[in-house]
Amino acid sequence: MKKNLMISVLMTIATTILLGIIYPLVVTGLAQVFFKDKANGQLIVRDGQVVGSRIIGQAFTGPAYFHSRPSAAGSGYDAANSNGSQLGPTNQHLIDRVKADVAAAQMDNPGQPVPIDLVTASGSGLDPDITPAAAEFQVPRVAKERGASADDVERLVQEHTQQRQLGFLGEPRVNVLELNLELDQRFPLKKQAKAE
Amino acid sequence: MTVNGWIQILVFLGLIFLVTKPMGVFMARVFSREKTFMDPVLRPIERLLYRVTGVDENHEMRWTEYAVSMLLFSVVSMLVLYLMQRLQGFLPFNPQKFGAVTPEHLAFNTAASFTTNTNWQAYAGEATMSYFTQMAGLAYHNFVSAATGIALAIAFIRGIARRQMQTIGNFWVDLVRSCLWVLLPFCVVGALLLVSQGVVQNLRPYDKATLVQPQQVQTTGADGKTVTTTVTEQTIAQGPVASQEIIKEFGTNGGGFFNANSAHPFENPTPLSNLIELFAIFTIGAGLTYTLGRMTGSQRHGWAVWTAMAILFLAGVTVAYWAEAGGNPLLANTNQRVTALQSGGNMEGKEVRFGIANSALFATVTTDASCGAINGWHDSFTPLGGMVPLVNIMLSEVIFGGVGAGMYGMLIYVVLAVFIAGLMVGRTPEYLGKKIEAYDVKMAMLVVLVFPLVILVFTALSSVNGFGTSSILNPGPHGLSEILYAFTSGAGNNGSAFGGLTVNTPWYDTTIGLTMLAGRFLMIIPMLAIAGNLAQKKYVPPSLGTFPVTTPLFTVLLIGVILIVGALTFFPALSLGPILEHLLLAAGRTF
Repeated sequence: MKKNLMISVLMTIATTILLGIIYPLVVTGLAQVFFKDKANGQLIVRDGQVVGSRIIGQAFTGPAYFHSRPSAAGSGYDAANSNGSQLGPTNQHLIDRVKADVAAAQMDNPGQPVPIDLVTASGSGLDPDITPAAAEFQVPRVAKERGASADDVERLVQEHTQQRQLGFLGEPRVNVLELNLELDQRFPLKKQAKAE
Repeated sequence: MTVNGWIQILVFLGLIFLVTKPMGVFMARVFSREKTFMDPVLRPIERLLYRVTGVDENHEMRWTEYAVSMLLFSVVSMLVLYLMQRLQGFLPFNPQKFGAVTPEHLAFNTAASFTTNTNWQAYAGEATMSYFTQMAGLAYHNFVSAATGIALAIAFIRGIARRQMQTIGNFWVDLVRSCLWVLLPFCVVGALLLVSQGVVQNLRPYDKATLVQPQQVQTTGADGKTVTTTVTEQTIAQGPVASQEIIKEFGTNGGGFFNANSAHPFENPTPLSNLIELFAIFTIGAGLTYTLGRMTGSQRHGWAVWTAMAILFLAGVTVAYWAEAGGNPLLANTNQRVTALQSGGNMEGKEVRFGIANSALFATVTTDASCGAINGWHDSFTPLGGMVPLVNIMLSEVIFGGVGAGMYGMLIYVVLAVFIAGLMVGRTPEYLGKKIEAYDVKMAMLVVLVFPLVILVFTALSSVNGFGTSSILNPGPHGLSEILYAFTSGAGNNGSAFGGLTVNTPWYDTTIGLTMLAGRFLMIIPMLAIAGNLAQKKYVPPSLGTFPVTTPLFTVLLIGVILIVGALTFFPALSLGPILEHLLLAAGRTF
């Protein structure tokens, strides 16, 4: 008993050094050497300024941008407070929230049912993607607002549609931040909301 | 449901089938101390560890010493984790300058949680834990709690395999060999694979990004006033995630670096990283069925157990996928149909890159095993979709199962199945040449009874008292499901949650903490007692009256025992939670 207690203490210390400190630091070192960009979060830099991560979503509102999904992370897309809504399927708050979002989304496409991902909060609250269906749904509005033809915007969406990985894994998706950044370059707004 | 969805599920199961034998052979060699190709690197580290800790690697332990060593190690390492959290303000690798984890009951709960391989999280990682605590405290426990589980499963298998012996191995040797041979090499490779997909691995402070479009945000303060502020920045949490992510899955721990766990793009960025994580969860559990067959000399028995697991897995994933693909009928004017452009279904709490099939698959796998990682929130699943993970945990997570824990949990059911078969034919039951007698069955029943006892008693207490019900987010029958899930997850050492329940309260932190400790240690001790008892028995050659444990009939009987024990115990509670909610949802009732 006493011997095994002694071993317990020493074993905890020794294995903590090996598995708790050396192992993660070695992996960090290797990751920084071989996959520097990915290991650091794939940050997008524009004009010397970090404007986001390629794989972390941001909120977009107003008619000129493709909207991302509702987010329950902090006050919305707070990448230091990831979370889902946790609302259950029979919770009236969920029904009401979706109803309001559906009403807003249908202003652009009256009578059309809204793709479900566009009115449901993601698991992380940081979902970088929307479905191609949700992007299609928003094409007419964005095109009109940007003074571009629907075909041009449609083409942009298709260029930004990622197909299933290795042909069968996951679901097709559109990265909202990348799509909107490209939108700003190709069809800039005359009076950028950004200028404020 | 789509063809592509099913292809993904079946490819996953196929990969698990393929890895079973190599993994099982490898583990059998490691724990029989035969040569492996990694010996030249690992053997010197192993010897060094024994030298500094004073372990005699040739010492053999009786089951009691094995149990005491395991308990001592758990207590000591749990205390260290508690202290580490409380002192993290003074420790290095803390760029966000997080102070001590408070209150005390949260630190206790978390220490209990990670020591028991549960990884229940009443905190949000990115807002609470320093990089040091994550690496040296939480990820460290991911290793050793998993290694402890593997050691125990191997000890149990030795109990079956050995004849007229008093000992079942050496805990320290099994622990160290689990860490060095089984866990560490896979984790180094797996972590780098995950980084290649975009899982972050760094020690930098959180980054600040300037938003492309600044956002007006309305917040309601404590005084009830609504304030509008303009948000121009996004703080992006970073950290040494990949090294923790891989052991989180491989050791079936499940504790996320971030609050959103494997739904977070930095923990699980692509469908391929998702597949790697799913694969890691089942690898050891599946391999152990082969190890069982190999070490007991009955490979067909190992496969019979594997088949029972695979059938239960398919049953679960089918129900979950079907339920989630069906969507939520209460959401009017939405398009939830599956098309080429969307996966449709119930997308609340799910990520677009995973869609319905991968979210349902992950929920099933993480609770078949005692992992508890999530890539979509179970609380927002449909009633029946959310019932699948709950039922999986209630069946004691023996479907490939938690590393080690799944195997010894399954062997308890095997003992019961053999006993019941023995009763039916009126012979003394035997299992692989060992007579199963009163002592063994009593101990097995103790394991089976402790589990529902803690779950149902604490759930009952919580659901009729303010200190329990005030934490509920989703009212109606779903609220009961939230509480039931919490204690089931704790007792099963799973760690996933119906996350709407506010669990960082003195009541829940304390009771779930105790539930996790009971669910781990009160089951291990009778299990080891059976192992010790079996080891000293004589071998009885099979006779005409022996019920063979290698046939499809055995597989069916085993599944039957698992389902009947689970259903008899938990059906009343389930009928008041998810089943009632399902009926009310169909009737259009909301809460």
